[in-house]
Amino acid sequence: MSRIGVFTCHCGENIGATVDCAKVAECTRSVPGVVHSVDYKYMCSDPGQTMIKEAIKEHGLTGVVVAACSPRMHEPTFRAAVAQAGLNPYLCEMANLREHCSWVHEKGEVTTEKAADLVRVMVEKVKHNQPLHPIKVPVTKRALVLGGGIAGIQAALDIADAGHQVVLVEKSPSIGGHMSQLSETFPTLDCSQCILTPRMVEAARHPNITLMTYSELEKLEGFIGNFKATIRRKARKIDEKLCTGCGLCIQKCPQKKIKDEFNEGLGNRTAIYVPFPQAVPNKPVIDTANCTFFKAGKCKVCEKMCPTGAIRYEQEDELVTLEVGALVLATGFKVMRTDKFPEYGYGQDPDILDGLQFERLASASGPTLGAMKRPSDGKEPETVVFLACSGSRDRSKGVPYCSKICCMYTAKHAMLYRHKVHHGKAVVFYMDIRSGGKDYDEFVRRAIEEDDVQYVRGRVSRIYRDGDKLVVKGADTLQGGAPVEVRADMVVLATAVQSQDGSEELAQKLHVSYDPYHFFAESHPKLKPVETNTAGIYLAGACQAPRDIPETVAQASGAAAKVAALFARDELTREPVVAVVNRLPAPQFSYCVGCFLCQSACPYQAIEQEEIKGRDGSVLKVVAKVNAGLCQGCGTCVATCRTKAIDIQGFSNEQIFAELMTL
Amino acid sequence: MSFEPKITAFVCNWCTYAGADLTGTSRIKYQPNVRVLRLPCTGRIDFMLLAKAFARGADGIIVSGCHPNDCHYTSGNYHARRRWMVYRGLMDFMGIDTRRVTFSWVSAAEGARWAELVNEVTTTVRELGPYQDYKELALAGVE
Repeated sequence: MSRIGVFTCHCGENIGATVDCAKVAECTRSVPGVVHSVDYKYMCSDPGQTMIKEAIKEHGLTGVVVAACSPRMHEPTFRAAVAQAGLNPYLCEMANLREHCSWVHEKGEVTTEKAADLVRVMVEKVKHNQPLHPIKVPVTKRALVLGGGIAGIQAALDIADAGHQVVLVEKSPSIGGHMSQLSETFPTLDCSQCILTPRMVEAARHPNITLMTYSELEKLEGFIGNFKATIRRKARKIDEKLCTGCGLCIQKCPQKKIKDEFNEGLGNRTAIYVPFPQAVPNKPVIDTANCTFFKAGKCKVCEKMCPTGAIRYEQEDELVTLEVGALVLATGFKVMRTDKFPEYGYGQDPDILDGLQFERLASASGPTLGAMKRPSDGKEPETVVFLACSGSRDRSKGVPYCSKICCMYTAKHAMLYRHKVHHGKAVVFYMDIRSGGKDYDEFVRRAIEEDDVQYVRGRVSRIYRDGDKLVVKGADTLQGGAPVEVRADMVVLATAVQSQDGSEELAQKLHVSYDPYHFFAESHPKLKPVETNTAGIYLAGACQAPRDIPETVAQASGAAAKVAALFARDELTREPVVAVVNRLPAPQFSYCVGCFLCQSACPYQAIEQEEIKGRDGSVLKVVAKVNAGLCQGCGTCVATCRTKAIDIQGFSNEQIFAELMTL
Repeated sequence: MSFEPKITAFVCNWCTYAGADLTGTSRIKYQPNVRVLRLPCTGRIDFMLLAKAFARGADGIIVSGCHPNDCHYTSGNYHARRRWMVYRGLMDFMGIDTRRVTFSWVSAAEGARWAELVNEVTTTVRELGPYQDYKELALAGVE
């Protein structure tokens, strides 16, 4: 027989002024199973809690109902108090008399009646509550960081500095990401490589960081604290241990005309190559699609040249399995290609560049060694037009969002150009200037005031070639839409920032949600900006939305802090509100008939298959089993189950039916 | 004495329950006919619960959760929505007035919307009159 204690709170005047609390306590006293019912001014206060604790001991209560405010407010308080008195905390429930009754109804009999009803509902529920115990899961203290750009590097360094193991996986042959391609960075105009490469080296040399470049995540299984990642290490076709990075093979490779990805197609590379001179690790890769040996079966020049005999043509991809406790997603972004703009010279003109190409052109390590030369004929451009919002904030291109960084980098590009070509003319077409950030507005102002960059507010309708020049036709909306025509030598489109190729597949692989533009979605836009809705997977950088370097670094450190907080514990405790599949004695074993409708309904892949075996080892039945580590307790499986074999602890069918019976 | 309907509301813990809490904190008044049952997610809400509520003499039912795409559990509300489409058809087939069940989205920020919803449903059900057929349901063994 249940021995329930009911504690009705006045919440000062909040409940007491509208609801006759003494009457509620009185009414409840007669409910079967209730052995103690009192009311008190402030139940959550120290004396109030003491009252509950003493009553538990004195009356030997088997369940407690606190009729007070919303359980979202004080449930933890009262559950802790109940636990202190030696009763299982999950035998305590709250009836919401304040938010759902006294604050929303007028004073009167009806309101008091409703309050008594709400209490009765919870009394019936508590009668069917089971003692529950928090679920404990061990934590593997190793993090996996996907993406070796500045976000990934920063997150890896921060986690490693906190004393935990990190595996940094990067799909290209070197870490560094887009930041390593940048010439100078806004708003300080310091050299990107100068601030980034020391970080890259630090990451490579850190005793807690394992670098896996030229590698990709193949598969992820498991749950927070207990992931199992399978990583494909693509064959570099060299023995990394033997290679010293001397570069002789690169110098002698006969294939010299391959478009260089790092230089955004503006330069050439060889078939055996490192992406850029400061690459980390500084070990080459053979591009088998372009290598003469792989295409024609002969050449092997690199093998002959290699002083350490490190070339391995027969090397195959390798799959590595890793146990990790958390994952940081830092897979970055891509920029929209200029061929998306047929109206702008069909995007085919070599003198129409995108932002990243201009970065390479302006970079001292770029294809022109920093000299301003236009791609078509190597001439110094006298007039350069920059087009902000190319693709961004443009529904017709499918990118209604603001790419956030273009206003700033366009101002930077115009300044860099003016610094290199003093007599040159820089014209920027823009829609708005969005330069929110520390010293950002000052930076744009500097471009206009000190570097004489001409800003024209308006979109460009058309660009076409006229002999040596590119004719840019637009309108100046600040002059009533007056037509503007600029004859330029080179045009730079600040094209939209987009999600990385394959981000949708990756999100599905990781069970992380994504927005309509395939950027990964955070768990809560304001209060959980670095978490995803899969526990244990965190976000950093432009894989979530377009963002600049300072913001990326800050977010990466935020993600790292989340990982460090997770790793600070040896075990994770979770609310025991999870689904369970019932068990019966033989020969039924369970009501579960193994239809696995629950499996398809579960958003967390928490339902597994379990074989029930007889004494001779033969499989008698295949039933569903809930992985309590993965289950989040939504209960969708419960509603789906046709045989009612699955139930959810804390909100079981029995409990809800008991609640319904009082109504 | 005029008829006062009994409304049972099945709401999810994350959006509508929190929304109803906000109605309270904003001191927005509404009809006292509703009794809220808290569940983790609308995805948890079973046909049987609704049938049982009717069998116990509820005159109207509200099912409410997070807006599409806002589910705390990613997709529970989509399951609920799909289930509701089927249940409504079934109710109609059984001859129960489908106006007695209201399916709605109320987010944690929509305190005023919750009050509005409860008032709307209470008014509708008051006009429909008491739900007498529950006796048949009860006799049919749902009870």
